[in-house]
Amino acid sequence: MDTNKNLYTIIYSTVLVVLVAVILAMAAYLLKDAQQRNISIETKQLVLRAVHLGEDATQLEADKAGYIEGEYAKYITDTTISEGGESLPLYICRIDSVQKYYIVPLHGAGLWGPIWGYIALKGDINTVYGAVFDHKGETPGLGAEIATPQFQAQFADKQIFDGDNFVSIGVIKGGAEKGNTHQVDAISGGTITSKALESMVKTCVGKYLEFFKSLKEDASQKLLLQSDSSAIASPITDSTAVSATAAEEVTSKK
Amino acid sequence: MDKKIYIDPLFRKNPVTVLVLGICSSLAVTVKVEPALVMALSVTIVTGFANLIMSLLRNTIPNRIRIIVQLVVVAMLVILVDQILKAYSYEVSKQLSVFVGLIITNCIIMGRIEAFALGNKPFPSLIDGLANGAGYGMILVIISVLRELFGSGTIYGFQIIPLSWYAKNGGFYYNNGLMILPPMALILIGLFIWVQRSFDKDLQEK
Repeated sequence: MDTNKNLYTIIYSTVLVVLVAVILAMAAYLLKDAQQRNISIETKQLVLRAVHLGEDATQLEADKAGYIEGEYAKYITDTTISEGGESLPLYICRIDSVQKYYIVPLHGAGLWGPIWGYIALKGDINTVYGAVFDHKGETPGLGAEIATPQFQAQFADKQIFDGDNFVSIGVIKGGAEKGNTHQVDAISGGTITSKALESMVKTCVGKYLEFFKSLKEDASQKLLLQSDSSAIASPITDSTAVSATAAEEVTSKK
Repeated sequence: MDKKIYIDPLFRKNPVTVLVLGICSSLAVTVKVEPALVMALSVTIVTGFANLIMSLLRNTIPNRIRIIVQLVVVAMLVILVDQILKAYSYEVSKQLSVFVGLIITNCIIMGRIEAFALGNKPFPSLIDGLANGAGYGMILVIISVLRELFGSGTIYGFQIIPLSWYAKNGGFYYNNGLMILPPMALILIGLFIWVQRSFDKDLQEK
């Protein structure tokens, strides 16, 4: 048979492409569940890491997925709040009856692709408990450093409010001022990613401001009513916040 | 079957050190042993099956669209490998990220199809593909063992160099930071080529 005729070539390529398309579609369909599960486990692991849980999961190769699912079910409740007609996801973490953290998901655009993360706020809705970030394809060694524990650890104990004003957390090129509770160091050579991260935190947490305000009002009412210690803003966390601001004033006077 | 088909790709005609194909992925995925092993396995499977399929089709392919047909078949196999990794080995697939997709452009695969599979029967073609994948994988694993051992002090994630040796724990030892960077892989491959050429007189240019 002459394999160089035009008609043969067209039929051959059509059949081949259709066949390949069918095979790939089948594979995608059959593997979808397992892939979705992996993605959901990864999200759950990130949420847990924002509140410093499940961090030893990498050592448990055997049943990592099960462990993550278990921890997540134990500590995290996901809810949505609606604000301005928009429904926003929010994760609430309860370690015990006193400690309660609010985890806000973050999404933004980095230098090469999307960046995302989770930031956990303590019960006073001001102090950051922990933060995690991840990225699709930032430059390794530069922008990709946002995914390292060293960078993320900087966010712990920072504050997003200055008095009653929402100031978010600045990612400062050249290094944060010492003792400033609203700043962290940017990454050398990763300025665009650092700035993107700063604006991501600001816009994403900014969407929850009304909700946080209502939470705080609830909390202060409860305090006035001398209700039980499981109130959202416990006196303990309030006092640490006060001492942190005091420390800040001392350093700024210097 | 000629023994040369499966012995030569490992040593005398090794795709990496003799044919100098597939270098870019050997630099990129050899920082740790685990991704190197998975990459080696993936490439071996893809070269094997690409050779087999192309050899089965070799008498039916219209010559004018030969390369396109090769690309379609190889791309299909690579996407399958990528999907399977995403489903069953998610961490590794994240580490390999774009490099799994780039298996499509790995010169070894197209090279073996053109040079071998289009002119040989299916079974020898399959063996040739697998052997070339293994030859590539062998180099990848050797380099990754060296890089992980001296760059991170571990092999396959297990600590080899005692933690008490490290300077931060009061010892004398520092990991070699250059080992983690791609240039060191290139230097290592260069050393391999040098050693192999100095033993094998046939490879030396007059």
